Amino acid sequence: MKDITLGQYYPADSLIHRFDPRVKLLALAIYTIFLFWVDSLAGYVCNIIVLAIVTGLTRVPVKKIVKGIRSILFLLLFSIVFTVLFTKGDDVIFNYGILSITWQGIFLAVKICLRIFMLIMMSTILTLSTTPADLADGLEKSCHVLTKVHVPVHEIAMMITIALRFIPILMEETEKIIRAQKARGADFESGSFIQKAKKLVPIFIPLMISSMKRSTDLAMAMEARCYRGGEGRTKMKPLQYQGRDKWAYLCFILYAVWMIGLKIIWK
Amino acid sequence: MERSIQSSILVEIKNLIHKFVEKDEEGSILEEKYAVSDVSLDVKKGDFIVILGHNGSGKSTLAKHINALLKPDSGTIFVNGMDTREDENVWQIRQSAGMVFQNPDNQMVAPVVEEDVGFGPENLGVLTEDIWKRVESALKSVGMIEYRKHSPSRLSGGQKQRVAIAGILAMKPDCIVLDEPTAMLDPGGRKEVLNTLHELNQTEQVTIILITHHMEEALEADRIFVMKEGKILIQGTPVEVFSQYDSIKSAGLDVPLAVEISHLLRDKGYDIPQNLLTRQELVRWLKQEFESPIREKPLKPREHRNLEQKKGQPVLSMKNVDYIYSPDSIYCKHALRQVSLDIYQGEWIGIIGHTGSGKSTLIQHFNGLNLPTSGKIYFHGQDIVEKDYDLSSLRRKVGVVFQYPEHQLFETTVLRDVSYGPRNLGCGEQEAEKQAKQALALVGMGEKYYELSPFSLSGGEKRRVAIAGILAMKPEVLVLDEPTAALDPRGRDEIFGILKALHEEEKLTIVLVSHSMEDMAKYAERIIVINEGEKIMDGTPADIFGQPQKLEKMGLAAPEITYLMEELKQEGLPVNTHLLTASEGAEEIAMLWNGVRKS
Repeated sequence: MKDITLGQYYPADSLIHRFDPRVKLLALAIYTIFLFWVDSLAGYVCNIIVLAIVTGLTRVPVKKIVKGIRSILFLLLFSIVFTVLFTKGDDVIFNYGILSITWQGIFLAVKICLRIFMLIMMSTILTLSTTPADLADGLEKSCHVLTKVHVPVHEIAMMITIALRFIPILMEETEKIIRAQKARGADFESGSFIQKAKKLVPIFIPLMISSMKRSTDLAMAMEARCYRGGEGRTKMKPLQYQGRDKWAYLCFILYAVWMIGLKIIWK
Repeated sequence: MERSIQSSILVEIKNLIHKFVEKDEEGSILEEKYAVSDVSLDVKKGDFIVILGHNGSGKSTLAKHINALLKPDSGTIFVNGMDTREDENVWQIRQSAGMVFQNPDNQMVAPVVEEDVGFGPENLGVLTEDIWKRVESALKSVGMIEYRKHSPSRLSGGQKQRVAIAGILAMKPDCIVLDEPTAMLDPGGRKEVLNTLHELNQTEQVTIILITHHMEEALEADRIFVMKEGKILIQGTPVEVFSQYDSIKSAGLDVPLAVEISHLLRDKGYDIPQNLLTRQELVRWLKQEFESPIREKPLKPREHRNLEQKKGQPVLSMKNVDYIYSPDSIYCKHALRQVSLDIYQGEWIGIIGHTGSGKSTLIQHFNGLNLPTSGKIYFHGQDIVEKDYDLSSLRRKVGVVFQYPEHQLFETTVLRDVSYGPRNLGCGEQEAEKQAKQALALVGMGEKYYELSPFSLSGGEKRRVAIAGILAMKPEVLVLDEPTAALDPRGRDEIFGILKALHEEEKLTIVLVSHSMEDMAKYAERIIVINEGEKIMDGTPADIFGQPQKLEKMGLAAPEITYLMEELKQEGLPVNTHLLTASEGAEEIAMLWNGVRKS
């Protein structure tokens, strides 16, 4: 239980791992934009090539990355079926009432699938190559502008960090409470859905009380260590751009120019 | 002591009062309790101060005042000349008087050790490169530098507390206030933390204010303050404080073994000086006293507990049990190896082993919460691993009380909580309540508690309610995992009083897991030693504790009294070393004395 990894960070020593989390976050954002904006064969080919290069650079087994797709398999199938059945088009293959299968529909379904697939691949690579703590840090820095509109960016990042620290502790505790209540004759397996839900009360209440106790303790410990929000705070491990990060930004600009070019030419 | 005379005062507390006010729903005052009432004390720079007190004596409240986490209702506190009542001083006071808390898990913020230590300096706005320097030197000071990249959740309790201390050190404090930092640790962890504190005090001149209810931790202090009901009862050097035996006992505390034995001997009319606080001092003094022991032959070993051989069929029996956690995964762990043991009706068995040795895994086999990966477990001769075996009836007959059982309370009233077990077993509402009332009576909780919320009770009371929750199922065997963890001496004695009565009057079979060798020696009839998932020893307390070297190799220890008698024997005094309690020890020494005098 103690060893549970959050997110799905896969430790490896690769260029992608070493990039600043801000670079990776921006990369994902740019990639997503062009994935959906550039709607031509050449655009798809380019984006697939980019994906292949990045995948190759991560040194994470491809099997691991593809695993991320499994969770959205249902969504993928669902959108295929709907797109195929409900897209209107001229080249009808099969027709039944409002349902019709057309070549246009199949074509569109393939495109949607491809887009979702590529997007999920890219974001899986981000979470596999970045520790959750770095990710939180990156989010805090890149979203710093939002503090101007009163979004508590620092607080959110701090909350994520603390959650990361406490989730394994609480999981272990849940396991212990379940066992202790079983020792008091509790049976969590049998009964109808509602009965089962009711039986969870003896787990939830102790868990809630202990979480509250932990959070008051932690708040006090943080105050005792002079924590008073993000202002005036320095960082032990500040995010610092390295040479490679600058090169990455240059690549983004080239990629963007290239994709915009494609969009204009292919019309 | 010269150091403290020269240096100036760091913490100055004058007539401090802290009230807890309980209000009803309309906001009018129901009750005013004085958590701290009229306390005055000074702490000099470089001192090692210990504040002793039972749970609820106000010692933690006092500690929070030094860190400006609380503000005085009346009276004053100056830390390094700064008044804690002034808001603008708060952050400087907290930097100057750092605080370490009881629960090691609840005070760590970051998922990596070094980042956690850096948290304080980050808050103070220290420059990045200086943070790294501070973190490194703080981790070196507590001896945790090689763990800097580790995740805190994989450290032992003692290591976690050392990291917490490093987190305070990195803020460059003048003094560290520690609020029961060892209460949740095993003996090894306790020693680790204490050694670290003494080293910091001696080599880096950090002022230490240690709050605890463990007497042994106070022995090397410069000054001790004993608190009782919000007031300072006794203060002075260890010798001055521990010479007031009756006052200490009245404050619900223990005294160190050497003091206890000296006191018992004094009661028997022997003249023992007041300044013998440690085992070594007592041995040295006794050796001088008995310079030429006349009595040649040792007294014959006495077996002082009626250990009638329990016979018949064992209640519970394990044969060659192996248990592997999550086999076929990278977290796979071989937790038990070839464990065989028998538990007979009416026994009191103690199980000892260091943290992580497999004790907890073992006891969860007794009620089928864990089923063996291989091997057999029999309850009254029936194999519990068989598919059609009724595990819920086993769980009724073998009651397992987990560590910190009060963390599992959840109902609105004490009575409803205790009757949860019987209700699960299909008893009717009335029957369940009847059983709950009987169980509450067994733990000494009368009618006035029935309708109270379990969450309004004190720590010791909560634990008794939780134990009653298991007793209400009328078990034949009661298994307890560290039932006295984090309780003060009075709470501990209450629990053992209850267990003793259950054992003697209700003839309950008891299996007790504990780190306290003193308690084991005092109560258990048979002791089983577990190490790295294997059963290493199984015998009477006198047998087991007669082999201290073997125990030490496994990270365990014999009780203090065993070491005392061993050392007397090594000094050439003919004493029986197979003794288990302070009063037996005192008796033995008295007999030796008589032997010497007569001849």
